[in-house]
Amino acid sequence: MLFLYNIIIVPIIAILIGLLFLGIARKVTARIHRRYGPPVIQPYFDTLKLLTKEDNITHGVMYMLGPAIGIAGSLLTLFFIPIGKYALFSMHGDLILVLYLGVIGSLGMALGAGDSGNPNAAIGVSRGLSLMLSYEFPLVLAIVGVILKYNTTSISAIIQKQVTSGWWAIFVIPLSALVFDIALQGILGEKPFDIPIAPHEINSGPMVEYGGKYLGMLQIFASLHLFTELALFVDLFLGGGANIITFSLKMLVVFLLAIFINAIMPRFRMDQAFKFYWKWPAILGLISLIFVFI
Amino acid sequence: MLESFRGGKVARWFKGRSMWLLHFCTGCGAIELPPSMTSRYDLERFGIIPMASPRQADVLLITGYLSVKTLKRVITTYEQMLDPKYVIGFGSCTINGGMYWDSYATINKLDYYLPVDVYISGCMPAPDAIFAAFLELREKIEKGEANGYKLYKIHYERYKANQDKVFKNRGIIEGED
Ligand code: SF4
Repeated sequence: MLFLYNIIIVPIIAILIGLLFLGIARKVTARIHRRYGPPVIQPYFDTLKLLTKEDNITHGVMYMLGPAIGIAGSLLTLFFIPIGKYALFSMHGDLILVLYLGVIGSLGMALGAGDSGNPNAAIGVSRGLSLMLSYEFPLVLAIVGVILKYNTTSISAIIQKQVTSGWWAIFVIPLSALVFDIALQGILGEKPFDIPIAPHEINSGPMVEYGGKYLGMLQIFASLHLFTELALFVDLFLGGGANIITFSLKMLVVFLLAIFINAIMPRFRMDQAFKFYWKWPAILGLISLIFVFI
Repeated sequence: MLESFRGGKVARWFKGRSMWLLHFCTGCGAIELPPSMTSRYDLERFGIIPMASPRQADVLLITGYLSVKTLKRVITTYEQMLDPKYVIGFGSCTINGGMYWDSYATINKLDYYLPVDVYISGCMPAPDAIFAAFLELREKIEKGEANGYKLYKIHYERYKANQDKVFKNRGIIEGED
């Protein structure tokens, strides 16, 4: 029974925290720009407004299913990631499973955007997929480093080993953590890697034809995506968290770092991003792997 | 139940607190938007941010005079936006033609062609006036009085006739320009 409750409660908590983080991001960015900034709960307003808008357009079945697939993919990933001390599903090899599942959400969004038939959406999707290709390689290098270091592919076991040894992985394998953090910048779509949704070049890319409740669902998808990726970082490198509050605080620290970089950076071109990812983080990741082997 | 929630008080309160603009700039009015969005005035503290595409936006700003050619684009854009949508007319040019009142290329009264919810007077309205207009629009939305989009549906024949008239007079007919 508790399990069933948690299947509903965990996503709700994740959405609420994710939206709050998006609000904090907007406020912090505004303060860096020396503006006053919106209230931190602004994303709640936005999402509720979007969900209550009327829809008088459609672009086909996939267009409507896209956001749903995105949310479903992110939820699936969320269930395998331990949050605080609590892991809904935990088993041997779930780290590798999470790597695969993490792609489903973005692919769902790509499918939906592709169906909308707008050329800007098509450009956005192709850019998004190329960006995914670029950051997955250093990401996998970083995660392989963690797996080799702790000799297990279960996220819960990795947290357990960090807690018992008293050293978080970020101090044991700092290079892998750095590589993961650079990849995180691309996963979250923050500058300098916000190439897929560049609003000034391609009209917010994949989202260009989305409006009303579909855009609201995409907002929820974004918050879930943010939550899962940050949670994965905290689990792998910062030793998880004793409860949901310390866990969210750790996530916030990681997220603020991404936001600070986001607020002061211009945007890469697609080829620059690709070259960057396959060069520096990849080299660092390989060096980190050598260290782990030694 | 969903329908009654959509038009209900709670939903209207959220709508008033999150108005997304469409980045569509005509005329000279657009020059006052960057100052109202950057650090000194900062529109974002009212939850107002510019959006890239008409599907995502709630508020259409007509920032100044409209040439007949632009009017056509504005109407297409307006019809692409999702309900509920609001129109703000900037400056005297949208009210009565302003200093272009006798021009051969511009329209004089925006209200003939699109339903306008709030007007801002002045040639060029300063950021303070823009803020006043947005707060008035928020109040109207909360009270449920910003019903321009409904009027557009009800009186569509009349608006359409006016639009066709101006396009025909200028030799711009549907489908070719
Ligand atoms: S009202 Fe004045 S500032 Fe505005 S568009 Fe007309 S002439 Fe330009």
